[in-house]
Amino acid sequence: MAADKFALFLGCVAPLRYPGIEKATRELFKALGYDLREMTGAGCCPAPGVVRSFDQATWLALAARNLAIAEKQGCDVLTICNGCFGSLYEANHMLQEDPALLKKVNAILAEVGMKYEGKVRVRHFADVLFNDVGIEKMKQKFTRPLDYKVAVHYGCHFTRPTKLKHLDDPERPHILDELVEWTGAKSLPYADKNMCCGAGGGVRSRDGKFALTFTEAKLKNMKAVNAQFIIDVCPFCHLQFDRGQKDLPGYDIPVIHLAQLYGLAMGLPESSLGLEAHEIKVTL
Amino acid sequence: MSNVKIPDPDFAKSIIDAGGKTLDLCYQCGTCTGSCPSGRTTAFRTRQLIRKAQLGLKDDILPSEDLWMCTTCYSCVERCPRDVEIVDIIILMRNMAVQKGYLAEEHRKVGRSLLKIGHTVPASDKLKQLRVSMGLTADPPTTIADPKAMADFRKIMEKTGFEKLIGGA
Repeated sequence: MAADKFALFLGCVAPLRYPGIEKATRELFKALGYDLREMTGAGCCPAPGVVRSFDQATWLALAARNLAIAEKQGCDVLTICNGCFGSLYEANHMLQEDPALLKKVNAILAEVGMKYEGKVRVRHFADVLFNDVGIEKMKQKFTRPLDYKVAVHYGCHFTRPTKLKHLDDPERPHILDELVEWTGAKSLPYADKNMCCGAGGGVRSRDGKFALTFTEAKLKNMKAVNAQFIIDVCPFCHLQFDRGQKDLPGYDIPVIHLAQLYGLAMGLPESSLGLEAHEIKVTL
Repeated sequence: MSNVKIPDPDFAKSIIDAGGKTLDLCYQCGTCTGSCPSGRTTAFRTRQLIRKAQLGLKDDILPSEDLWMCTTCYSCVERCPRDVEIVDIIILMRNMAVQKGYLAEEHRKVGRSLLKIGHTVPASDKLKQLRVSMGLTADPPTTIADPKAMADFRKIMEKTGFEKLIGGA
């Protein structure tokens, strides 16, 4: 597939809760010279924690439908959410590795006049920035040096399972720390940095209070190092930290998605970052 | 004795047949339990869940809350010395639980949202205004704005039995 264009997969939480993430992504990739194609009619990835937990066959068929939409555009898929990346990447892997399964799924897609041939690659936008764009080109785009001290949150499905994704070290990932530090910001070390935010696996929707015990454990460690912002690469982790803090007295660390941080470093107007959608006020 | 648990020898086989081929590899070292963030503050024990699955204690597992404590963070999978695909196995057992009707009302709601708009969360007027103010379309160009695409999305869920599984729209 062509290296200078991607099919932009929006998912649910970014466009419908934090549209600044979508806007900043569009501006960022346009500035980098990429042609971002619309995946018109795409739906939920579908969510790995809920839909896959309910019925893997449905999860796989709906993921294949999304992949087929990108394939028709002749593009690899660009995701801006760990959950979407996790679902589409793993579904794609299963379909590409198992021709019998692909045939079975295509029998379902045929009912709606679609077919997936297994040709696309699913990418996470942070992987593209780190491995395709690189520090030199990226730094040329930055006009506003950032001197924030931040706590980076990888989230689980960006790098894991590492056996499938091969993006970073399972215990000591570094990609996101480096991406953040390219802007001039400092990524603070903090205890238990790789821990989950608590939202995934259907836990947030089923038992929000339990999910918050994870969130609070992480926030406590971020607060202990005086993090000014939490930087994530997943709108669902973003939502969990941002809305979660409303129910956790004593915590008010603003949450910024990497696409928004990069938008800021590139000098995009604050109005393009959609910060008013955030529950915890972001003061830059 | 009421507390005697009856194993179902076919249960482990059904997990393996559904794709959980690594279930038998577990030798109960407990690295998963030691790595699990859910197990830090609760009585959830990943190792125990996997052992019950190996033994075929189906009636212990399928109705249990334990099955839904996993956030699918993969900490256990990353560290398992036997490469047991623990998260995949938990997901397969969740599928079996849902088949038996064990599905939380909150999860049914997420399923209904998918059937209705193809997304897990709805749009709001405030959000649409914000999108427009940033130069985005009021609705994203997805199933939410495209009745034909939504009909296709839903048809796939009918074909796979999802609609029936979650108890209808």
